[in-house]
Amino acid sequence: MSIDRRDFFKVISAGAITAATAGSVFAREKKKLAPDAIGILYDATLCIGCKLCEVGCKEYNDMPPEQTSLVDDLNVPLIWDNGDDLTAKTMNKIKLFRNGNASKKDSATDGYAFIKRACMHCVDPDCVSACPVTALDKDPVTGVVTYDAKACIGCRYCQVACPFNVPKFEWDDPFPKIVKCQMCDHVQESGGMPGCCYYCPTGASLYGKVEDLMAEAHKRIELAEGSRYDYQVKSLDDGETAQRTVQKYVNYVYGEKETGGTQYMILSAVPFHDLGLPNLPDKSAAGKSETLQHTIYKGLIAPGALLTGLLVAAYRGSKSQHESEERRS
Amino acid sequence: MSENKALGGKILTKPFIILAILAGIAGILLIKRFIFGLGAVTNLSDGYPWGMWIVYDVLVGTALGCGGYVLAILVYIFNKGKYHPLIRPAVLTSVFGYTLAGLSIFIDVGRYWQLYNIFLPWHVNLNSIMFEVAFCVATYVLVLWIEISPAFLEKFNKTKALGFMNKILFIFIAIGVLLPTMHQSTLGTLMVIAGNKLSGLWQTGWLPLLFLISSIMMGYAIVVFESLYSSIGFKRPFETPILGKLGKLMAWLGLIFIAVRFGDLIWRGQLGLLFTDGWANSTMFIIENLLFIVPMVMLFSEKNRKSTKSLFLIAVAILLAGAVYRFDAFLVGFDPGQGWHYWPSASELLITIGIVAIEIMAYLAFIKWLPILPNIKHTTS
Repeated sequence: MSIDRRDFFKVISAGAITAATAGSVFAREKKKLAPDAIGILYDATLCIGCKLCEVGCKEYNDMPPEQTSLVDDLNVPLIWDNGDDLTAKTMNKIKLFRNGNASKKDSATDGYAFIKRACMHCVDPDCVSACPVTALDKDPVTGVVTYDAKACIGCRYCQVACPFNVPKFEWDDPFPKIVKCQMCDHVQESGGMPGCCYYCPTGASLYGKVEDLMAEAHKRIELAEGSRYDYQVKSLDDGETAQRTVQKYVNYVYGEKETGGTQYMILSAVPFHDLGLPNLPDKSAAGKSETLQHTIYKGLIAPGALLTGLLVAAYRGSKSQHESEERRS
Repeated sequence: MSENKALGGKILTKPFIILAILAGIAGILLIKRFIFGLGAVTNLSDGYPWGMWIVYDVLVGTALGCGGYVLAILVYIFNKGKYHPLIRPAVLTSVFGYTLAGLSIFIDVGRYWQLYNIFLPWHVNLNSIMFEVAFCVATYVLVLWIEISPAFLEKFNKTKALGFMNKILFIFIAIGVLLPTMHQSTLGTLMVIAGNKLSGLWQTGWLPLLFLISSIMMGYAIVVFESLYSSIGFKRPFETPILGKLGKLMAWLGLIFIAVRFGDLIWRGQLGLLFTDGWANSTMFIIENLLFIVPMVMLFSEKNRKSTKSLFLIAVAILLAGAVYRFDAFLVGFDPGQGWHYWPSASELLITIGIVAIEIMAYLAFIKWLPILPNIKHTTS
């Protein structure tokens, strides 16, 4: 074969070395929680499923109501449930887990429990890493993952990236946007709190600084089952409390480690898997993806070197090409 | 003078008109898409935000457009002048493959009127894999049109401009090799961030290398396929000897691909997923890898490399292999959970068919109008 096999393998091995080094340095620093980051602690044992948080969310964010059919597939009237998941119209959703005869709240067998789904506001968000135009961004102070429609091109890579399937897209709008919870950052500027926390009558959705909420979560896990505890309502520092009986918590705060940590944290008495929360590694996929990319493109050295080599080769190649053409004619 | 020649002949032939009708149907559906939104014509959902258009039109489409890239490597970088006559037809397919992929992106993104944000430094996110892909592909479309520009200059007898262009063309050739090397690999990197949503049969840090190798193989295959097809379609002599030599390269690349593919699966201990990951994933994984292995084995035999018929079948198999691999890594192996599923709608398929029709129409028109195809005397000598 007249193709210089040596040259060919030179190129191939150069590629392989680049990829191999990329493989071995698979560890970009984990992103750290901002010291003043704010968040929400959702305590599923306190949730009574009243959905006032959904009302508050829609009111604060001026969102339209869902319009689902009045009966389900089996012709059962849907007077209570209106839509059953996050959509481009709903950024906050109470869902129901039930098992067996569903007679006992917060029991994994023959019981039921509520779970509130919304953006997790990851400490190391995959969607922010994915967004090519910084339409999704993480506030350096509050840590809120914000969305700017003026930047967004609608490529939906955030939807591919999000491990919680949170960002929603307005499929039926000719001028669509991505819709997701932004922790009501528009009212926080004037000292307000997210609509879901303000409306929650039991303190199931609790607003505060992430560090304080995490400490509170661990404190609750330690409480004796059946004892009485003054649960904070609305926010940690609001002073408003409601006394309730402590349930047996799962000894884990969901969101402490998931995908590098989240600013929306969850306490529950039934296993998190039953509530439909995904089992995730404690590192974000964004970390892997960025490490891989930045190893290959570090300082643009590899592409720069490749381009220089290509320029020289292409110059020589096209020169000898012209010469042979001239000889021919 | 030139080693390329316009084919001449009528442009409005019967096949051309049929293609135009297909393009027209797509056009009508596109009006619907722009008035009522993406949901009106696609089966896309919040679980499967990418479907047929991204995977076929963009991923497969640009990989099919790698013919120009691959021949440029051979001719200019490895200095294999004898392949030179094949360059222009290959670059032309690349021009249309990539331009139409660009058009598909415009149709697919929700907020197309803001697409230029990709180029505004204050919006750019250098951590985003999508940014690298978008920026690189957009630049490459431009470079491809510059690479094909000598055909226009020859056509209109702009000798002076042609002389200047031929002098500086090497710059664009070099960039034209760099850019696909970058974005064809990065297209694979796109899925790394999908994490657990992509089955372990496909999710790996080696995605960029696997995408790059398979795109080069598809580039070679499209050159073989296309040149055999135009030999038959336009009753031109076969270019089997050149194509056979290209074939041996493909065999080696295929071997590297398979070695990396299975080496990685074994290293990560994920090969067992073949039996536990559901019938769709297993079946598609087997089909995909057979499509890589069979043509590779065939290409190591000299007899097959010298047979026009075998070469044709091999090229088709490689094109299918690369296409299936892309569908698997982006759709089949992708499972967002929560019961989401995706199958393209009729409208989505018709729009894709329309775009392919435009591509073929433009190619047919250009080879008749411009000096693109090899001048026969030179290729047979």
